[in-house]
Amino acid sequence: MSELTTHTAEVAEHAHDDAAHVAAHIKTYLAVGGILLVGTVITVLLSYVDFGSQGRNIIIAMIVATIKVGFVAAIFMHLNSEKSTIYRVIVMTIFFCIVLFALTGLAIFDPIHLK
Amino acid sequence: MEIPYTVTARPDTGLYSAKIGIWLFLASEVMLFGGLFSSYVFLRMGATPGLWPHGLLNVPVGTMNTAILILSSVTVVMAWASLKMRKFNMYRLYMAITILCGIIFLAVKLGYEYPDKFHHFGAYIKPEAVEKYERYLGNEHMAKKGLAPRYEITGHLEGETEDHFLVLLDPINANPTDPANDRPHFIPRGRPGEAQWQTFEAAEKAGKKEEAEKLEHELIEKNLLAEVKKEDVRWASAFEPKHSSFFAVYFTITGLHGLHVLGGILIFLYFLFPGAALYKKNPEHLANRIEVAGLFWHFVDLVWIFAFPIFYLL
Repeated sequence: MSELTTHTAEVAEHAHDDAAHVAAHIKTYLAVGGILLVGTVITVLLSYVDFGSQGRNIIIAMIVATIKVGFVAAIFMHLNSEKSTIYRVIVMTIFFCIVLFALTGLAIFDPIHLK
Repeated sequence: MEIPYTVTARPDTGLYSAKIGIWLFLASEVMLFGGLFSSYVFLRMGATPGLWPHGLLNVPVGTMNTAILILSSVTVVMAWASLKMRKFNMYRLYMAITILCGIIFLAVKLGYEYPDKFHHFGAYIKPEAVEKYERYLGNEHMAKKGLAPRYEITGHLEGETEDHFLVLLDPINANPTDPANDRPHFIPRGRPGEAQWQTFEAAEKAGKKEEAEKLEHELIEKNLLAEVKKEDVRWASAFEPKHSSFFAVYFTITGLHGLHVLGGILIFLYFLFPGAALYKKNPEHLANRIEVAGLFWHFVDLVWIFAFPIFYLL
């Protein structure tokens, strides 16, 4: 019984720490929201600029999108300070996702009829 | 039996268990959307030059929806933070705003964007007949500028007979040599012949046959209305999945994304109303549930951050 009480007290204290921790992050959350909105405007504006070829425009737009996604993942999804179990899951996911996208190269590289 | 590790961390993972659960689910979601996005890449890389549509989606509306989704991502993280700080009323406020944002997003998609596409018409001209429609396609102008040729005539289908389509033209086909249409980005929805067409319809309705004929002739003369012969058309359809690979993959990805938004709204409605009772019993547990639901919602936002430029802008 006493063990349980200690445990509950620990949880309560932990929660209190958390609250202070969270309160300190509110400004960051709002700032990231602002960055994402600005990022959206930048994405739209960049698409009106001709970078020489459609391919270059696509790459530039994807770089901006990846930066935005990075902010969402790191701050909103708390990946800037997560436990290693989660990172391991994500690393595996990214690996298989890259393999999946590499397969689309078959649209232009034909491994059978290459000379 | 009580479910263990809903609040406290499991010693071996260092996490409450639902968090691992949601991340494993999100990993499978990445592969699901990854498969669809990679098929988009595959289809686009393999498309014939000039046949991948551009500028068919409404950029201002898409931008607004993107902003709405970003705002909802901020409010859901604020809802979670409010619970952590034990500000229950703020939690409810932020949760309500999140749900509202989700509903607006879906309403714009289903109530405006999709129907607008279903009422839009496009006819792909056979390569051997393209010259006959030069005044709508402007391919001489395109070739001079080193751009891919045009094959499609788009607009609103006003009539159809056995051997031709009657199309009230989009600006791009009404004015194909206008440099503003060289790199189609977002073509404003308004059709230049809209007002005149309405006058024509009114005249026809009133039985003024001569006047109607004159107006129709004028519309065709001014390049606002086109008679497209069916024997010259390779294929024609409304802007629906069968129109092109572009719309097939657009409706598949945005449709699946829309279902995710709907799922998120339902989950949040549960946590705003019946699920919120948990706050009295165990506020930390509710905070964790909101964190997990929030992770799902951020993922949905993240998919849109990629989908928006891919379909609307590029």
